Amino acid sequence: MKFQKILVPLVAMVIFLILWELLVWANGWPNYKMASPSDLWPAYARYGELFVIYGWQTLWRTVVGLLLAIVVGTLIGMVMGFSRVMRDALYPLLVGFNAVPKATVVPIVALMFVGAHDFNTVLIAFMISFFPIAVSVSIGLSTLEPEYRDILRSLGASNMTIFWKIALPKTLPEFFGALKVAVTLAFIGTNLMEIVSPHGRGLGALFDSGKTNSDYPLMFAVLIALAVLGIVLYYIVVALEQIFAGWAERSPN
Amino acid sequence: MKTRHDCQRAGMIPARWQKPQTHNYEAGVGNLIDIKDVSHTFATDGGPLHVLDHLNISVPDGGFCAVVGPSGCGKSTLTRLIAGLMIPDKGEVWLHDERVKSPRSTVGMAFQNPVLLEWRSILKNVMLPLEIVPTKLTRKQQVERAEFLLALVGLEGFEDKKPSELSGGMRQRASLCRSLVHSPEVLILDEPFGALDAFTREDLWQTMHKVKAEEPFTGVLITHDLRESLFLGDQVVVMSGRPAHAQYVMDIPFNGPRVLDDLYSAETAERLAILRHQIEIAQGRAKAENPA
Repeated sequence: MKFQKILVPLVAMVIFLILWELLVWANGWPNYKMASPSDLWPAYARYGELFVIYGWQTLWRTVVGLLLAIVVGTLIGMVMGFSRVMRDALYPLLVGFNAVPKATVVPIVALMFVGAHDFNTVLIAFMISFFPIAVSVSIGLSTLEPEYRDILRSLGASNMTIFWKIALPKTLPEFFGALKVAVTLAFIGTNLMEIVSPHGRGLGALFDSGKTNSDYPLMFAVLIALAVLGIVLYYIVVALEQIFAGWAERSPN
Repeated sequence: MKTRHDCQRAGMIPARWQKPQTHNYEAGVGNLIDIKDVSHTFATDGGPLHVLDHLNISVPDGGFCAVVGPSGCGKSTLTRLIAGLMIPDKGEVWLHDERVKSPRSTVGMAFQNPVLLEWRSILKNVMLPLEIVPTKLTRKQQVERAEFLLALVGLEGFEDKKPSELSGGMRQRASLCRSLVHSPEVLILDEPFGALDAFTREDLWQTMHKVKAEEPFTGVLITHDLRESLFLGDQVVVMSGRPAHAQYVMDIPFNGPRVLDDLYSAETAERLAILRHQIEIAQGRAKAENPA
């Protein structure tokens, strides 16, 4: 069973690569139109070291942005979840903030904090990914059945105790659902900044240099590398979900 | 299974319950729950909602008071008042000669929704109140206490199961254990059997009698089921329509253990008829014969 769980996605991935290769081959596309998987290996071989260094930069910035989003998103969610007034006050602001395309914010932030590449990148990754976390936490808390609260409150428990013992664990399934969305969003944020920011670093900058130097296979190689990082981070979140909110999963029978 | 004596030796049952219980029906003396002239009005979007109006209910120590009444007459408000989750606008609620002004750990509550925590085992769910209420029990005694209660309601062997693995009736049994684990003086049951099918409900009625024999508490049961009120209560209070007061009080002498067959006796049929008539008056569908 365990073996099958790993094998099936791997086989699917190989089939995907073969189909991609066939598509490019059948249409006779040159690599500037669409690079094929076989064009990617030389790119990885040539820039292997850069991929490791830049990949790490992209990864840590994304993770830091995500952690920030978790902390701030959870705090905002808590405030909105517990207070009706704060929910009414903050919701339109949050929705408006989220509706602004982050691509338009990137140059503003880049100008605002010129040269602070790491800070800018983390900031955009955070800004793009905290919204789903805040919303899910606030909904999880505000939909807590009053009986759950009363069970502890009738024993004289404080609000903090109720939060730790009931509200927080009960919100975890929604929280992890939002975190899965936030992971991919944070990657988008990081790369937006890395691509736009002058003299940037990270995989986004590598992508940009591929564009500048007309090295099309390199651009595709970066995309695949980003996809791999995204998959890794996503499954780390899934593993954490299994540990902390595994109880919410019903056995399928 | 552990017996009551084992638990007494282990100090799991407070001393005040180790003496035989005596019912004292004298008004104002020895009552554990005294609801004195309580009125309450809620502010709602549709204007003020007057739910309770000069409500008086007294439950003696060790008594079991079943409260029935038309829908929306403020029965749940009553439970929240006794639990100290709410303070009435007017009037006073007294528990054990102490005025209720805030929640207290000597109260246990169970609702129609068993509200078990899905991420905890049944045993850990039952032990939850002991994490809040100050207790002298050691960790081992706490586990034994929870296991004793689970065995009492017939959930022996389910300690390590998750709530999602249990049926509705079993969850309600576990919820009952949780409301009793800290040995509360007052047990408040807000329609705990309302969502169960008829057979499971009758099973749980019998379980309640078994629990009552082993775990002395003073009970308040909110219910919509008149037969349930007669089977479990030694006092049935019919609340009037909104704003509610205690419209009718029926004492049901407790002569020996009750069995389900009692529900089909002529005596019970007579009481049911009286209660049904009182409910109709409360709903405004029948007129009281003696308006005085």
